[in-house]
Amino acid sequence: MNKVVANADEAIRDLQDGAVIMSGGFGLCGNPENLIKAIHRKGVKNLTIISNNCGTTDKGLGILLQTRQVRKMVSSYVGENKEFERQFLAGELEVELNPQGTLAERIRAGGAGLGGFYTPTGAGTQIAQGKESRVIDGREMIFEKPLKADYAIVRAWKGDKWGNLVFRKTARNFSPMMCTAARITIAEVEHLVEVGELDPDQVHVPSVYVNRIFQGTSYEKPIEKRTVRKG
Amino acid sequence: MPLTREQIAARAAQELRDGYYVNLGIGMPTLVANYVPKGIDVIFQSENGMLGIGPYPTEAEIDPDLINAGKETVTEIRGTSYFSSADSFAMIRGGHIDIAILGAMEVSEQGDIANWTIPGKVLKGMGGAMDLVSGAKRVIVAMEQVARDGSKKLLKECRLPLTGKKCVNTVMSELAVIDITPQGLLLREVAPGVTPDDVQKVTEPKLRISPELRAIKI
Repeated sequence: MNKVVANADEAIRDLQDGAVIMSGGFGLCGNPENLIKAIHRKGVKNLTIISNNCGTTDKGLGILLQTRQVRKMVSSYVGENKEFERQFLAGELEVELNPQGTLAERIRAGGAGLGGFYTPTGAGTQIAQGKESRVIDGREMIFEKPLKADYAIVRAWKGDKWGNLVFRKTARNFSPMMCTAARITIAEVEHLVEVGELDPDQVHVPSVYVNRIFQGTSYEKPIEKRTVRKG
Repeated sequence: MPLTREQIAARAAQELRDGYYVNLGIGMPTLVANYVPKGIDVIFQSENGMLGIGPYPTEAEIDPDLINAGKETVTEIRGTSYFSSADSFAMIRGGHIDIAILGAMEVSEQGDIANWTIPGKVLKGMGGAMDLVSGAKRVIVAMEQVARDGSKKLLKECRLPLTGKKCVNTVMSELAVIDITPQGLLLREVAPGVTPDDVQKVTEPKLRISPELRAIKI
């Protein structure tokens, strides 16, 4: 078994125009920086990106908007990106907004082989339009379908050569479910370690879900809102 | 005298009890964390995957892998845990969060809330707000009662697209504490020097006045 690839460019060698890509990260936290830059370099177009946010105007997934590589975004919050707003208002970009918990659960359902789920979230709002609804235990619920992708791209803190992954703090967010819901899951890691070096009790994503892994480089880890107290 | 934003947050914090798990929205609700009553343990949840949010970091403590749902740098406390977004929202939808305190653009007398979009203006998205209002055991809205353009925010029916239906329990504003009950709005507390008439003037539906009406104490 050999899942280790040399770098991000090799990891996305077969990524083509029109691909559906899930990208881990919450805002700019936990972004697969090397993979996003490689997709930018490769120049593939008409992508559908499933990610909680779309980076900022010039960071994270935002760089793929600047080069018009994205046809559709599936997100929960896209408020920090001027170019996003411009493309959306100009009708150049399709957007599907999901409540954040619904987005997470749709991805989980996609990876877990479920046909969807009923949730109270969004019942009676405009996101319920066109969806089945029913009353369960006295509460109105709406039906949400699973989400799947061609590729999932995530960044973990540590990963071994089989693809077991460990995340750090709030950089985990959507990544564990995304790893389960794609045909090809690519993990870039801050520390690539030998098989056996990770504590099996502390693995967040078991290796079965990861197809390609590599040691990331030059992490910038930008901060959106630098809030501090006086030391 | 109407309350300041800090004072509204301080009043909202009085609803917290020992052992509560609490989610605070962006903006004024975030200030609630500064006014937790002394001697109780309250755990703050951040929907990006954290229980036990600490104060903002010092310059030396800043960690780009550690942010809250408002994307601000934060710290952990003793007893913090981290988890995925799916776990985080299972926690929220599953009714495990005792109180969610959030802002709103409009609230109706049935407890409907609108706080995520203004059609034709900016496009941002609902983030976790729809999950929070449908899942938390109690939903408190902390908001000013009159919008910047002078329009009322506590209405018979919301005009903006809804975030959730029949989910708000209490509104805390610069003027009053108002419960949303099956019989409509119940005025429970008024800011010092504010009369029920003053509150009614900026509230579209008819207020019922609690027999135990009292002044807000900060």
